[in-house]
Amino acid sequence: MTTTPPPPPRPGPVSGRGPSDFETGLAASPQGVARFEAPRRTPLAGIQHLLHATPTLVPVIVLALSILVFGLIAGERFFSPFNLSLILQQVSIIGILAAAQSLIVLTAGIDLSVAAIMVLMSVVSGKLAITMGVPAPLALGASFALGTLAGMLNGLMVARLKLPPFIVTLGTWNIFFALNLWFSGAQSIRSQDIDAAAPLLKFFGNSFRVAGANITFGSILMVVIFAVLWYVLNRTAWGRHVYAIGDDKAAAELAGIRTDRVLVQVYALAGFICAIGAWAAIGRVGSISPQSFYEGNLQSITAVVIGGISLFGGRGSIMGALFGALIVGVFQSGLRLAGVDVLWQVFAIGWLIIIAVAIDQWIRKVSA
Amino acid sequence: MNREPILKARGLVKRYGRVTALDDCDFDLMPGEILAVIGDNGAGKSSLIKALSGAIAIDEGEITLDGQPVSFASPLAARDAGIETVYQTLALSPALSIVENMFMGREWRRPGLAGRWFRALDRDRMRAFARDKLSELGLMTIQNIDQPVETLSGGQRQGVAVARAAAFGSRVVILDEPTAALGVKESRRVLELILDVKSRGIPIILISHNMPHVFEVADRIHVHRLGRRLCVIDPREHSMSDAVAYMTGAKAPH
Amino acid sequence: MTRTIRAALTCAAALGAFSATPAAADAIGACLITKTDTNPFFVKMREGATAAAAEKGITLQTYAGRIDGDVENQIAAVESCIAAGVSGILITPSDSRALAPAVTQARAAGILVIALDTPFEPADTASATFATDNFRAGVLIGEWAAATLGDAAASARIATLDLNASQISVDYLRNQGFMTGFGIDVKDPTRIGDEDDGRIVGSDVTNGNEEGGRTAMENLLQVDPAINVVYTINEPAAAGAYEALRAMGRQNEVLIVSVDGGCPGVRNVAEGVIGATSMQFPLRMASMGIEAIAAFAADGTEPANAEGLDFFNTGVTLVTDKPVDGIPSITSDEALGLCWG
Repeated sequence: MTTTPPPPPRPGPVSGRGPSDFETGLAASPQGVARFEAPRRTPLAGIQHLLHATPTLVPVIVLALSILVFGLIAGERFFSPFNLSLILQQVSIIGILAAAQSLIVLTAGIDLSVAAIMVLMSVVSGKLAITMGVPAPLALGASFALGTLAGMLNGLMVARLKLPPFIVTLGTWNIFFALNLWFSGAQSIRSQDIDAAAPLLKFFGNSFRVAGANITFGSILMVVIFAVLWYVLNRTAWGRHVYAIGDDKAAAELAGIRTDRVLVQVYALAGFICAIGAWAAIGRVGSISPQSFYEGNLQSITAVVIGGISLFGGRGSIMGALFGALIVGVFQSGLRLAGVDVLWQVFAIGWLIIIAVAIDQWIRKVSA
Repeated sequence: MNREPILKARGLVKRYGRVTALDDCDFDLMPGEILAVIGDNGAGKSSLIKALSGAIAIDEGEITLDGQPVSFASPLAARDAGIETVYQTLALSPALSIVENMFMGREWRRPGLAGRWFRALDRDRMRAFARDKLSELGLMTIQNIDQPVETLSGGQRQGVAVARAAAFGSRVVILDEPTAALGVKESRRVLELILDVKSRGIPIILISHNMPHVFEVADRIHVHRLGRRLCVIDPREHSMSDAVAYMTGAKAPH
Repeated sequence: MTRTIRAALTCAAALGAFSATPAAADAIGACLITKTDTNPFFVKMREGATAAAAEKGITLQTYAGRIDGDVENQIAAVESCIAAGVSGILITPSDSRALAPAVTQARAAGILVIALDTPFEPADTASATFATDNFRAGVLIGEWAAATLGDAAASARIATLDLNASQISVDYLRNQGFMTGFGIDVKDPTRIGDEDDGRIVGSDVTNGNEEGGRTAMENLLQVDPAINVVYTINEPAAAGAYEALRAMGRQNEVLIVSVDGGCPGVRNVAEGVIGATSMQFPLRMASMGIEAIAAFAADGTEPANAEGLDFFNTGVTLVTDKPVDGIPSITSDEALGLCWG
């Protein structure tokens, strides 16, 4: 075996195709390859690029348009500050669930159990505070802890056991739902009983009036949750890691992200948000109802998808989910005030979902 | 010529069941050089690189970095020790920006309250740093440092990945088939980039199947055969056909 | 009913061999298939069936759909029951029409199928129907609301909070009964929403829970803030509607009527949340169903319907603390002893 010592650094290659080749190559294309060319685009391609750069633009435009259109159709009744604040109030719980759902979807996962965790936690805090006489703050604290734990359970199965999120959360959806029925005895806790024993549980049902609008604390909570999550996802390293994992988990791993740990944290945080949502839901519904929000899982996914967050992960802004939830609320309110039958509301939401996913696919094609 | 290798391996053994991928393998990387590693498919080339970058644990043997014995439990551990690997897949997140990719996993936080309590990223400082590093490597023809990596060409992406590997005070950069997926013009640009990195004093291990590229940039060529180092040749003294002949066993090195 | 049982006992010895269905080998088998096992109504039903079955020495299997409207699980349950060779099936169909083929199949296998609470369409799909007279339940609260309003009934603003978009029989029977009792021309008595009475503001769906009740009430108040009569499909929906009204400060100006007789609902009557509710008796429904299966297994006697109805009426009672002349009712205090859940 011959080992030649390393020569001193030298300017160019000697053997092979020879230096002349190399230099002519250089001369021919000094910088051209690395240049980011500003290609001429058709207007449509221009729009595609714009939407690619600002993914929330679609839901914002749809929201603005639908408010405008329903304002024209249904008039003052729709467009009043009161009705608009009512829509905000009506979407607040699904909105909070959609915030939790967005976190999961950004990691290319899906969580079918969000609403089940939420309803279970509202039952837990209600049972503790009202039936068992635990002080309300303690009961709420317990529900937050258990909600986080429930989410963490999902996360551990996804990250450590490598089970598909769809299957894991389909399972835990059933599990949490069964626990909910067992613990609640399938019985609602009445509004009046909550008022008497633990009014704190209905804190987020309180409201104040501004210029004809009736703003509940629950509506504000939803907006605050979205704002905080936006900050965390866009302005902290952890948030960027969440995106990186959803974008390409293997790449994130090689780039030095401890992907499994982040995944567990994401699911746990989603569970915690669901538990906060549970508190807000008690205020919103008035009573603690083990049978409410049965379709909350799917409604939260609907909001996320309409909000332009890609189900393939890593793309979209959490604010999209807020707009997605609002779009659904605006459609429901607008169609109702326009006198459209319930089944056509369902019909319209169905089309919204499909169109939103189609637009997402189209925008993704820009990468080339 | 008395300089010590910056990265040295002696007697590496790695077995997969009954298959011996590394069979008493030695390896030396000198400071400031570009060492190409060539070998036929199945010669154990990628096992060697994985052992050096911490992706696999070796069964026997010793690796020293700057004279210190090291053992890497994971690619992260190797990276922390200063061995950066640019994988063939590049390990970039396509939807994230150039800056975000460069800093992935080692982000800088803002000083004071914002950084400590609110964990705020220092985005301005990261941008400036990324821009500097890309300029140093002649990559500032990339106009917008915040554009998603997926909007870049294959060569530009390779550039970002190499810049990331070279930017953070690394001591060794491993490049795995950097030109395999590129066209002629882009390959040329990447080779230039490799020389740029070298000119910054960072030694490079280059794994490639492309003999013209290897002979163009390498200072020495490590020929890998049957799980061990067959020989190290000087590209100025050997032809490409010699190298191929050693690699395939058609000819024994003198 | 008692006549049936006595007949069953006398003939049991003579016709013992007749009931040679597979399950008759040692014990008589029966199935209870409810819409869900979440609603206390069905929980109570299961209690009634379980107790009666234990008393009669019948082996009872219980099944439930996941949610109201979950047809597939109910069909699967019917199939399991056929396979198990039971003598009788008690079922509250999630869909009055969609389950007909499965039920026909069961009857062809010689099984007595009794619809509990919700009739099939047509009702003779099942061997018999043991149910609350839901139309009657609606009529009672409709009449009560009209009588309570007196002259103001002529200018009432009415909202109806119904179950869901499918308009199953319980849904339209209660709704149309309420309309009839209130004195509204219902047009097609199987269709909610085809009325043209100007007093009706509109209807919305609630899925029979508090959240749906609240949202539906809010929506209808946006259509007409002057609503003063609210019909609700059940008491959880009524509780939700009340929360919406309370949020707008209108809870004292609106009359809420409902149907069910669940204990939280009865307590809401006591506290003035609900003006009046029609109480039904799920426990009785199920225990009578089990007795009928026992009789059928013994000698093949099929239960007979009530006079003038195509189902066996298990009774309905108006609960209110503001009784009106001419409509028999019990107070919430009395009802607390009878309520379910």
